Amino acid sequence: MTLSRDQVAHVAMLARLGLTEEEMELYREQLDAILAHVDRLQQVDTSQVVETAQIGGLLNAWRDDERRPCLSVEAALANAPKRRGNHFEVGAIQE
Amino acid sequence: MSAGAVSGLTELMQRYEAVIGLEVHGQLLTESKMFCGCSADYIGSPPNSNTCPVCLGMPGVLPVMNRKAIEYTVRTALALNCEIPEHSKFDRKNYFYPDLPKGYQISQYDMPMSEHGWLSFPVDGEEVRCGITRVHLEEDTGTLQHAGDILQQARSSVVDLNRAGVPLMEIVGEPDLRTPEQAREYLVRLRQILVYIGVNDGNLEQGSFRCDANISLRHRGSAELGVKVEIKNMNSFRAVQRALEYEIVRQGRLLDQGQAIAQETRGWVEAKGATISQRSKEYAHDYRYFPEPDLPPLQLTADFVERVRAGLPELPQQLVDRLQRDHGLSTYDAAVISAEIEDARAFEALVGAGVAAKSAANWLMGDVARLARETRLPLQRSGLGITGLAALIGLAERGRINGPTAKALLEELYVQGGDPVAVVEARGLGQVSDEAELSGIVDRVIADNPAAVSDFQGGKEQALQRLVGGVMKATRGRADARLVNQLLRERLSR
Amino acid sequence: MTPPTASELAGLLRSGATTPQDLAARARADLERISDLNAVLRYTDSLAERQAERAARTLAEVPERAGPLCGIPFAYKDVLCVEGVETTAGSRILQGHRPPYTGTALRRLLDAGAVPVAVTNCDEFAMGSSNENSAFGPVGNPWDPGRVPGGSSGGSAAVVAAGAVPYSLGTDTGGSIRQPASLCGVTGFKPTYGRVSRYGLIAFASSLDQIGPFARSVADVAGVFSAIAGWDAMDSTSSPTPVEPVEDQLGRGIEGMRLGVPHEYVAEGLEPGVRAAIETAFSELERLGATLEEVSLPTTEAGLSTYYIIAPAECSANLARMDGVRFGLHIDRPSLTDTYLETRGNGFGPEVKRRIMLGTYALSSGYYDAYYRKAQKVRTLIADEFDRAFATVDALVCPTSPLVAFARGAKSDPLSMYLCDVLTLPVNLAGLPGISVPCGFSEGLPVGLQVIGPRFQDGVVLRVAHAYERATSWHAEQPPVPPVASGAGS
Repeated sequence: MTLSRDQVAHVAMLARLGLTEEEMELYREQLDAILAHVDRLQQVDTSQVVETAQIGGLLNAWRDDERRPCLSVEAALANAPKRRGNHFEVGAIQE
Repeated sequence: MSAGAVSGLTELMQRYEAVIGLEVHGQLLTESKMFCGCSADYIGSPPNSNTCPVCLGMPGVLPVMNRKAIEYTVRTALALNCEIPEHSKFDRKNYFYPDLPKGYQISQYDMPMSEHGWLSFPVDGEEVRCGITRVHLEEDTGTLQHAGDILQQARSSVVDLNRAGVPLMEIVGEPDLRTPEQAREYLVRLRQILVYIGVNDGNLEQGSFRCDANISLRHRGSAELGVKVEIKNMNSFRAVQRALEYEIVRQGRLLDQGQAIAQETRGWVEAKGATISQRSKEYAHDYRYFPEPDLPPLQLTADFVERVRAGLPELPQQLVDRLQRDHGLSTYDAAVISAEIEDARAFEALVGAGVAAKSAANWLMGDVARLARETRLPLQRSGLGITGLAALIGLAERGRINGPTAKALLEELYVQGGDPVAVVEARGLGQVSDEAELSGIVDRVIADNPAAVSDFQGGKEQALQRLVGGVMKATRGRADARLVNQLLRERLSR
Repeated sequence: MTPPTASELAGLLRSGATTPQDLAARARADLERISDLNAVLRYTDSLAERQAERAARTLAEVPERAGPLCGIPFAYKDVLCVEGVETTAGSRILQGHRPPYTGTALRRLLDAGAVPVAVTNCDEFAMGSSNENSAFGPVGNPWDPGRVPGGSSGGSAAVVAAGAVPYSLGTDTGGSIRQPASLCGVTGFKPTYGRVSRYGLIAFASSLDQIGPFARSVADVAGVFSAIAGWDAMDSTSSPTPVEPVEDQLGRGIEGMRLGVPHEYVAEGLEPGVRAAIETAFSELERLGATLEEVSLPTTEAGLSTYYIIAPAECSANLARMDGVRFGLHIDRPSLTDTYLETRGNGFGPEVKRRIMLGTYALSSGYYDAYYRKAQKVRTLIADEFDRAFATVDALVCPTSPLVAFARGAKSDPLSMYLCDVLTLPVNLAGLPGISVPCGFSEGLPVGLQVIGPRFQDGVVLRVAHAYERATSWHAEQPPVPPVASGAGS
């Protein structure tokens, strides 16, 4: 498996990571090496095996439908890098 | 829709068949949000006042699911004839958007809480059956407001996370619908069911009940599916129907010209009466679903499902059947009365208060419905209320007041309220049905209106109404109209 | 002189020989003295002051309600949220971030009267095995400041090893408590997955992360574990099974216990000095009455690959919330997409970006089955193998790390760095409790013995570690104090 530069660029866009050309190339090489190592997974026979997504074995971990106090608006917005009134502000949403 | 488009529609639909599937999102009427204790009722709260670290997606927080939301989803699934698999789970759906605090939405992907249901309903006398692919549970996003008019031109946008994390049920329908009317009726029925079983308030305007549509066209007789277009931004039943009609015409004309249909998402623009392409994103979506590691999976046992089933309220069709069977209503009346659950409840309350079923139905479907619409006050929340209306109908039915008086009192008391019995008493509005008293008045009116008398005797039936009117005027509207009619006819036929 | 343990300090507080304020001040001064190690990111002075006063009141007025940690200073890793205290996960993207809430483990310690004095340095978002990935600079190992302390909880290990605080909290996703404990010569315990609430722990990989303590004695580690363990309504993956009183397990010895030595963990790749120390430790365990037998965990070889799919996949989603909207770094650009790209591209360091890339790729359309789903299945095999081993043995013993503390910059290639965790990460994949206790030296640097137990038998792990500790004196060995830092003379 060899990653192409376009694949790396696609993954970086999915993850919204702005990478320089140098970083693209570095990650392309490094991910290639890691994936080559990871490919040994394919040698393990898992034909009769179910997947483990979590290890605790818990089921139905739910709570009663009860309200709890909210944060104050000030506390909710205290860490906002950009704020307009009592809203979080973001730039233009052109995609 | 312009007249041209509509006429185009009829013609195109003779040659093309539309294949329509609807996807409905309904917010659940729980107390708290899906994964935290903030209120699920956020309407009217100041921006970002209904939030906590969990629904803000702060670093380090974890979701804990709301059992009621699970029960409501199962309740819905059962009402829609779905199967409830014993094992289901939540997944993360990954994408970036400012209204999605965590950068992923907790949803359900390959193991939803229910699947394989159906909904059936009549359209133009024909029974339509639409498959329900699945009903699953997820969390709602926050809301964005844009500084400019149009998203694409806005210089900046602001985020309110009051809605983020409200339990949201997704009901995916099979592409079994063939006309915009069927699509509309499907939605009307679905909404009615959700409201009946108490899981959703059915408010399209405020977006607690939302619908997206998929539509493709194919030549009649063809089994192949055409290219699917997704339509969004429809916030009324009428908008859904109009948008689908518009799409049939748009796509049909393109196909007629031998052009290809683009697979895309289009938004309905109410003001233009048209759908417009929502410019496809530069990068294709790849949601990278994977099991949510913060939430243990669900195991909904047969026991659990049966407990939910036992608590399932009466469904609209069951009520329609019961109204006909127990109260002798016609199919039509039963359908009208049961359309809105508030009307159905009002009907049952009136009957419970001793009002005859037919009479309760007539009042509710007639003047009460009109007043409720005009005043934007359902009967239950009007000044008159159920008990007031029951008393008013009682007065009319027992002949204590006549029809016009009852009507006038309804108009007067609907909003402001008051006890009809006391008002009739105080103002002396009681009906005059004493034959001796009315006879004198009738004779006087006959004497004063020779022209009307000769018209009537000359064969003009309507002329009698002028004489009835005269008697009513003389009694300030209180005369028993039936008796007045009878007395006039007796005298004029002699 | 050996610095006092938490239990010893508790005795001094009760006898009136010292006060919480005094202990906090001394810890503060000791931490300042080792500042060249860069183990501390920030001090929590006002919180320490409040907690010390509160502890002093409790000790004076209702001493019967003062628990063993009341008034004792500690430090915690920069991934644990405390309301109003800057918490950055060692990342530029969270610089200045002050959480609006306190996580459960910290809440429980604060409620027990514990006195937090400092937030410790760590690898960015707990990703690393050397603490070289912190946005705020690397941490030195007290035994040799030119060498790494291990990671990702390197700062938490270093401050305990240097004797500045009796205990600290770290987190362990693939070895991030045990490996630095081993490299710094202290005891570090990763509890069973689900035993300690993760609420308030800035997630790296949700299905693997656990919070746990570092200390200079097994008894202290057990005491801190007892204070923070137990079901939490805020963490759906925390176990409702009652916590066993692990202190009861200490001092019972290991006479007659069956301890398994996983063949694959000692077969190859160990530094000779590590092998020698471990073999001596095995002999000691036998001398104490345990039976050692070889067991096989054949899927171990695939553990690293499994881990380096699952952990990055989960992290790629967990770190998506760092988007510059509600908190953290925000680099403004005319379009939203560019704002995201710039903020995240500049806010994250190289290792975090590498793992996000790897995880995003493993989950992406067309690769999910080959990587993520496959890794989940192999994970099942790994967990099953451990379960089978525990059908015949009470616990497993093996080295914690195949190598001792290495020089800063020695492992520039990511894969060679990942191999540092090869003996610890299978434990996380299986959700087991694991501990590292000091068991000797190689080339003057500490070596750790790892004890692994069945799920929810945290007490068994602590019991074996405690018996070993009582029979040896490695835990009492001290690094040169104050350590000679790289910037010596400053």
